Amino acid sequence: MTTEFLLEAKGLTHEYARAGQPPLQVLDGLDLRVREGEIAAVIGPSGSGKSTLLNILADLDKPTSGEVHVGGGRGVAYMPQRDLLFPWRTIEDNAILGLEVAGVKKRAAREQVAPLFEEFGLSGFEYAYPAQLSGGMRQRAALLRTVAMDRPVLLLDEPFGALDSLTRTQMQLWLAETWQRHGWTIVLVTHDIREAVFLADSVHVLGPRPARVTRRFEIDLPRPRNAGTFALPEFALHERELLDALLNVTA
Amino acid sequence: MTLGRLIRMLWPPVLLAAVLIAGWQLAAGYAIKNPEVLPTPSQVVSAGWGQRRAIAHNAWPTLRETELGFAFSFVLAWVLATAMDFSPAARRAVYPLLVASQTVPIIAIAPLFVVMFGFGIGPKILLVALATFFPLAASLAAGFANADADADRLMRSMGASRWRIFWTMRVPGALPFFFTGLRVAITYAIGGAIFAEYAGAESGLGIYLQQMQQVFRTDLVFATVAVIAIGSIALFALTYLLERWLTPWRKHERAGREVVR
Repeated sequence: MTTEFLLEAKGLTHEYARAGQPPLQVLDGLDLRVREGEIAAVIGPSGSGKSTLLNILADLDKPTSGEVHVGGGRGVAYMPQRDLLFPWRTIEDNAILGLEVAGVKKRAAREQVAPLFEEFGLSGFEYAYPAQLSGGMRQRAALLRTVAMDRPVLLLDEPFGALDSLTRTQMQLWLAETWQRHGWTIVLVTHDIREAVFLADSVHVLGPRPARVTRRFEIDLPRPRNAGTFALPEFALHERELLDALLNVTA
Repeated sequence: MTLGRLIRMLWPPVLLAAVLIAGWQLAAGYAIKNPEVLPTPSQVVSAGWGQRRAIAHNAWPTLRETELGFAFSFVLAWVLATAMDFSPAARRAVYPLLVASQTVPIIAIAPLFVVMFGFGIGPKILLVALATFFPLAASLAAGFANADADADRLMRSMGASRWRIFWTMRVPGALPFFFTGLRVAITYAIGGAIFAEYAGAESGLGIYLQQMQQVFRTDLVFATVAVIAIGSIALFALTYLLERWLTPWRKHERAGREVVR
């Protein structure tokens, strides 16, 4: 693996065995390279194998062929679509779940995550239960749990997909701003063109099944990105370009 | 729960019970007029109070059988439900037998247990366990099975072992189900112990009931039944206390999404 990329997936192929039928090929030689500190969006029509790709990157499933390398060899920190905060744990104890699983003692883990609450807009809610939080706060808590795992790459599966439009935009603005300070390496799986253009440095368009990356766009919009970014003419151009690519894919 | 809410919750059943007891008092006192057939509530209370030492003396063994039998049932339910959760083969093997155990009529099996195990506490423990075991194990198994598959994936992506997932995710998630089963089971527990004593024992409320029936002390039969009912209700209430203590997050869920922002 070249040191240039923090995450590198090469020639991923995946087939599901089916009874009495030829195997269903879902991925066909998919390549994905993500540099350190890059936000790479993966976008594609539904049924294009996004969830299979997620499972392979999160090491929940093995590819039929091909390989995935993650720098540091510690794997990615996976944030599923639904927040999946455990209702019986306080926000603080939800946040340390990954550290606890990794064998860190509860007390040490709590100390480790404490400084993040302020930045995630959750200070004062350390001891609240998930049921007491709004949708946007729950999603930030889920992201905090993901970041707290302290793994080199964050794998986010439609992180704001379930939120209402205004809350989603607020979360995108907040993530862009927070990323600016941390420089996380992120793989962002989404079906939202606007979200992909606003947040990402590169957008990877998946083709129909069996999927591979059919197009790759560099989004060279200036950083830091903020509400003004939405009004840039280049923003609209990128959106249009991406829409065309996706319409071509599904046609 | 505030005192005000408690009172609001309790007054309808208390009022209904008062009306029923008043009706009973009138019917027994003015229509039937035969305490061997139906004593008045006041006769029941005074007879029960007069025999409080004998009733208490017999209540202790019954309580002890209930406790031990229920504890045995509790442990067995957790062991079997856990085994069923870890192994589909165990689930297929155990679950039908679990259901079958529920169809065994306790009335029929209680005398057999006495023949097999004697008059000691052993057969009583087994009968209480038999009466209470199914709702405990079944609710727990349902709670485990209800665990979120996505939460399981999340924990596996973190590198969690099967045991870690079980303790961290499946057990807490199953608790609300378990408490529902616990409430059903606990109402069977004292009844199970009484049945077991009917079949043969040296002392206990079951034996006392039998003796009083034989000498037509209907008032003391009623007094004993009242003690059993109060005991069962107390155990039932205890499950709510236990639930509030062990699942503190549930009150926020019941309160609905109290959105703070």
